Amino acid sequence: MSELEPVAPAHPVMPPWEYAPAPESRDIVRLQDRYGLFIGGEFVEPKSGRWFATIDPSNETVLAEVAEAGEEDVDVAVTAARSAYVTAWRDLPGSERAKYLYRIARALQERAREFAVLESMNGGKPIKESRDVDLPLAAAHFFYYAGWADKLEYAFPAMTPTPLGVAGQVIPWNFPLLMAAWKLAPALAAGNTAVLKPAETTPLTALLLGEVVQQAELPPGVVNILTGAGATGASLVEHPDVDKVAFTGSTEVGKQIRRAVAGTNKHLTLELGGKAANIVFEDAPIDQAVEGVVNGIFFNQGHVCCAGSRLLVQEPVFEELLEKLKVRLGTLRVGDPLDKNTDVGAINSRAQLHKIGELVASGVEEGAVMYQPPCDLPERGFWFAPTLFTGVSQSHRIAREEIFGPVLSILTFRTPEEAVEKANNTPYGLSAGVWTEKGSRILWMAERMRAGVVWANTFNRFDPSSPFGGYKESGFGREGGRHGLEPYVRLEPVS
Amino acid sequence: MSSDQRLPVRRTAKLSIGGQFPRSESGRTFEVWSRDGRLLAHAARASRKDLRDAVVAARGALGGWASRTAYNRGQILYRVAEIMEGRRAQLEDELRDAGASDPAGEVSRAIDRWVWYAGWADKIAQVAGGANPVAGPYFNFTIPEPTGVVGIVAPPEPALLGLVGRIAPAVVSGNVAVAVASERSPLPAVSLAEAIATSDVPGGVINVLTGSPSELVPWLAAHMDVNAIDLTGCPDELIADAERAAADNVKRVHRAGPAEQHLSEITAFVELKTVWHPMGS
Repeated sequence: MSELEPVAPAHPVMPPWEYAPAPESRDIVRLQDRYGLFIGGEFVEPKSGRWFATIDPSNETVLAEVAEAGEEDVDVAVTAARSAYVTAWRDLPGSERAKYLYRIARALQERAREFAVLESMNGGKPIKESRDVDLPLAAAHFFYYAGWADKLEYAFPAMTPTPLGVAGQVIPWNFPLLMAAWKLAPALAAGNTAVLKPAETTPLTALLLGEVVQQAELPPGVVNILTGAGATGASLVEHPDVDKVAFTGSTEVGKQIRRAVAGTNKHLTLELGGKAANIVFEDAPIDQAVEGVVNGIFFNQGHVCCAGSRLLVQEPVFEELLEKLKVRLGTLRVGDPLDKNTDVGAINSRAQLHKIGELVASGVEEGAVMYQPPCDLPERGFWFAPTLFTGVSQSHRIAREEIFGPVLSILTFRTPEEAVEKANNTPYGLSAGVWTEKGSRILWMAERMRAGVVWANTFNRFDPSSPFGGYKESGFGREGGRHGLEPYVRLEPVS
Repeated sequence: MSSDQRLPVRRTAKLSIGGQFPRSESGRTFEVWSRDGRLLAHAARASRKDLRDAVVAARGALGGWASRTAYNRGQILYRVAEIMEGRRAQLEDELRDAGASDPAGEVSRAIDRWVWYAGWADKIAQVAGGANPVAGPYFNFTIPEPTGVVGIVAPPEPALLGLVGRIAPAVVSGNVAVAVASERSPLPAVSLAEAIATSDVPGGVINVLTGSPSELVPWLAAHMDVNAIDLTGCPDELIADAERAAADNVKRVHRAGPAEQHLSEITAFVELKTVWHPMGS
């Protein structure tokens, strides 16, 4: 490279863009001091007698106290779900179940701003994302599956579907309300009742959903919401009267759950971690690809299981792409999640911040080259600057392990075959991205990616009608679409 | 010398791995007796090493098999039925010796099962996949793809139909299989493997091991290069441990559904891939 001229910046250095603060008002949210467990249609005190504080990760202030469900609480909730299943929900005509779900969808649309603000307060994600992604998609999920509730017999060729019973559902903290929607909507549409365990750090929108469920007048016990940490989730998964377990979270915990339900005949679906390759070919529309790469890894602070955390760039465009990426990183606004101009919000928790920091340190230690744009981070709260690594080899931890933060590892390749080899060289298989103008290559690549979702010339798109889920150690089962009903039904051949 | 004085040539019952017919590397065999007390064979008793060799052979065959056209896979599996039809007498004899209640009927059903699943090869994608009407300017479609290497524990009975009924739906979508045959009646499985080897099924796509499931299942369930496991024939006392071991690489675990032959037996071993692309001028 030494004989080449120094590479000029792809863009002239941008003039400083000043943004006046544009905070979304927190007033729309009416927080209670304490939230009980949502069991049998009521908010109740926990039998465990234990409570824990839930905070705003952008400033570490306590938002509320939340009940920690113990084993006895789990048992009460599962019993309520079983009772509602037998007496109210299982035999309700699908057309009536549908109308309850439509009510929930509509309520989420009506109260969207309130939910979005609360989501950003409790989880740290930019209001732009909770307002424009999480909430519309959550409502759309209920609306979509509502429509299936009275059409189940059309969904499975030559099979008669019946509900499974009580679903125990454990969800993560990165898309708290949206994951609740992904879990509850198909379960309820198919005639199951549910006990949902939101993540320890982000319980508040799930509890607000409990209020929506009340207002929609669902039969008590059809939806139960138990807050707590890992022990609560474990009690739920292991409860003998749970028929179906659905989990979204880390591969490590997914494997524990798989072991816990071994030999029990419980139905199981797992949506686990990822280490997606986002592959940019030399003929790609580079400016669009830069936007896609940035969206792929910095969307939701990189707290995304399908994040494009490994960028594979074809060698001829590596320098150009890197330069443009660095310029683009310099324009990302990191800060107050409630500010409508914020691109990257707060890291969800102190524990997650430590994990990101530890993996980033390993990247430096193993010899990769780190780049972070100049970036003023707030003093309180949990923050991590957008980060790039170059000089990454496939054996580096930052190329193998899920970081779940705003950290991109960049590798290069020469041929399409090499790109395929590197992209698939991981135990994960959740998603992949391909950027090229050549149609035949898109299809050739898409066919070879061992991943459940392939985004070509786009990234991080979601839709209730589009099945989502992993290959290999990214889990099994699909959420979304007709396929997303299957985990919640027992199928008998049509006689 | 009249024909009934001629001494018949006995067959050595061997494993089927990678298109070859080896004895067990362990040198072990087990006796196979007919219901009326005749010693039929010393069948190979597969070891953990044989199982691992079979997985290596299967993994090696996966790319070629999965990338064939669905039409071609359908024709090849149909040809297995053709070859079995020519070997009816041998298969019926073996089932009779094994005490099957209706040997001729079982062979017929096993052949017909290949034909039924072969016909699915180029129809799975249309029935199990589809276009998704997403709310945005994107073309979005979902297609089924093979999971990879599928470990199969065949039921003890029916020895032939049970094995065919597990292998055929697994391989029709492009998976490759390592099957552990009925311990009680291994000879129909050996003959099936020989029929498969003389069809056009590429070596390594279907590997058949004879021996003891209680010895082999724990290794099959724990093998990190096996992507899915069919525990239909697994002894009850081994299931919980096998499912626990399957967690190590998030194996898909399946036990046969209520339908004897069904699309659901195929889709148990497919992955669904969804592809998005923007639309625009």
